[in-house]
Amino acid sequence: MQVNEKKPLIVAFCCNWCSYAGADLAGNNRLSYPADVKIIRVPCSCRVNPMFVLRAFQRGADGVILCGCHPGDCHYTSGNYYTRRRMAMLFSMLDYLGIEKERTRVEWVSAAEGAKFAATMNDFAQTVAALGENKRLEDLRCKR
Amino acid sequence: MQKITRDVLVEKAASLLENGTVDRVLGWKKGEFDYDLTPAVFTSADDLKDLVWNDFCGANFSKYLIANTKKSASKVLVFLKPCDTYSFNQLLTEHRFDREKVYAIGIPCEGMADISKIKAVTGDGISSIECGEKINVTTIYSDDTVSFDLSDVMAERCVNCKSKKHVAYDELIGEEGDVIESGRFDEVERIENMTADERYAFWQNELSRCIRCNACRDVCPACTCEKCVFDNPNHSLENKAPATSFEEKMFHIIRAFHVAGRCTDCGECSRVCPQNIPLHLLNRKFIKDMNTHYGEYQAGAEVGSRAPLVNYTTEDVEPGDVFEGRE
Ligand code: SF4
Ligand code: SF4
Ligand code: FES
Repeated sequence: MQVNEKKPLIVAFCCNWCSYAGADLAGNNRLSYPADVKIIRVPCSCRVNPMFVLRAFQRGADGVILCGCHPGDCHYTSGNYYTRRRMAMLFSMLDYLGIEKERTRVEWVSAAEGAKFAATMNDFAQTVAALGENKRLEDLRCKR
Repeated sequence: MQKITRDVLVEKAASLLENGTVDRVLGWKKGEFDYDLTPAVFTSADDLKDLVWNDFCGANFSKYLIANTKKSASKVLVFLKPCDTYSFNQLLTEHRFDREKVYAIGIPCEGMADISKIKAVTGDGISSIECGEKINVTTIYSDDTVSFDLSDVMAERCVNCKSKKHVAYDELIGEEGDVIESGRFDEVERIENMTADERYAFWQNELSRCIRCNACRDVCPACTCEKCVFDNPNHSLENKAPATSFEEKMFHIIRAFHVAGRCTDCGECSRVCPQNIPLHLLNRKFIKDMNTHYGEYQAGAEVGSRAPLVNYTTEDVEPGDVFEGRE
């Protein structure tokens, strides 16, 4: 690998109760996942409004992944069901505008799934790396 | 040509003003040009001489009820075309105005003209327009009158009209119409069937023309937030985006998303856009997707219905699977 090759920047929104704990477990178990994955902890996956996702891209992310409790396990009962609808609609719209659909993903990861967390991040980072830099959703205002 | 005449509306309005049922009338009035009719408030029978009803009365007055019901001591009279009644219901669902303070008259509509289709033939220099059997246009370029059939210059939203049925009114002029099958999703489908690069090019071409005048937001009957995200000066979303890829996508995605599930597809955004951007194609994409994945839903068809995005089932499609069957 070249030294100054630009690595993909990935923003991962993780819900506090499941996926963030899953990330912790991955760390405790010394499972590795790319350092380019920047985790943002949110109280529940449904805290992520579509603007967060776009904002991340706007500010230079190359991929955005959202992780929450498995459907049915949300600690606020129904938060992730709303997330599921919202993100389905948002992703479909991004695709409609011709933006690579592989740059966005939703994955349900429980607190016990440290291995799934690491595997998901590795896979997603690879997918995004293969797509290269995010050009279609960039915003020059944010690149001062 | 419209089925009812201006005089019918004026007479109705005058009598309701006179007997005190209403103290404000929302209607159309001539603007700078014959074709840019502007929404106006009439408060006396005398004022009503300026009221216009012809093939350019596209403006949907539902949103104006929010401000006007607050100013009225009795009721506000509003004329609603069938598509306007959906916005009317949607605003009621969102508790945006007091139904008791409105006297709504449903009026039949034969479709409205799109001035850009006329200008495409005559050029920009239109000096006068008269609507009758035909739309007669005179220009500054010659003494001749150019005549159009309404059906030839009809606005896209009217060509694909989804309903001639009024879903809300206190009084109806004319006959009750029907909900109609329209081809309103055909264009969305055509875009969906393009490759990702073609879609990207299509939207780049459309959205990069946007001048961020915010007219689409301002006119939208679903955009009634008192504080709008796009007015936040700390957000770098409040003005036009300098971008190498394509401009204003954030604005457009967010705007369309905010009204998703609440958009009645009244077509006002596309009508007011000075750059002729087909904004309805963004809104319709959401409507089409929600119909496909969450069941048929028409915002505003009834008061109090629950929009798909504030609802869920445990069996909903996963975000990664919405693309199934697509390239
Ligand atoms: S009305 Fe048209 S030009 Fe104005 S902000 Fe909306 S899309 Fe842009
Ligand atoms: S764009 Fe969004 S925040 Fe602004 S008025 Fe419309 S719905 Fe409200
Ligand atoms: S608390 Fe984890 S998704 Fe709601």
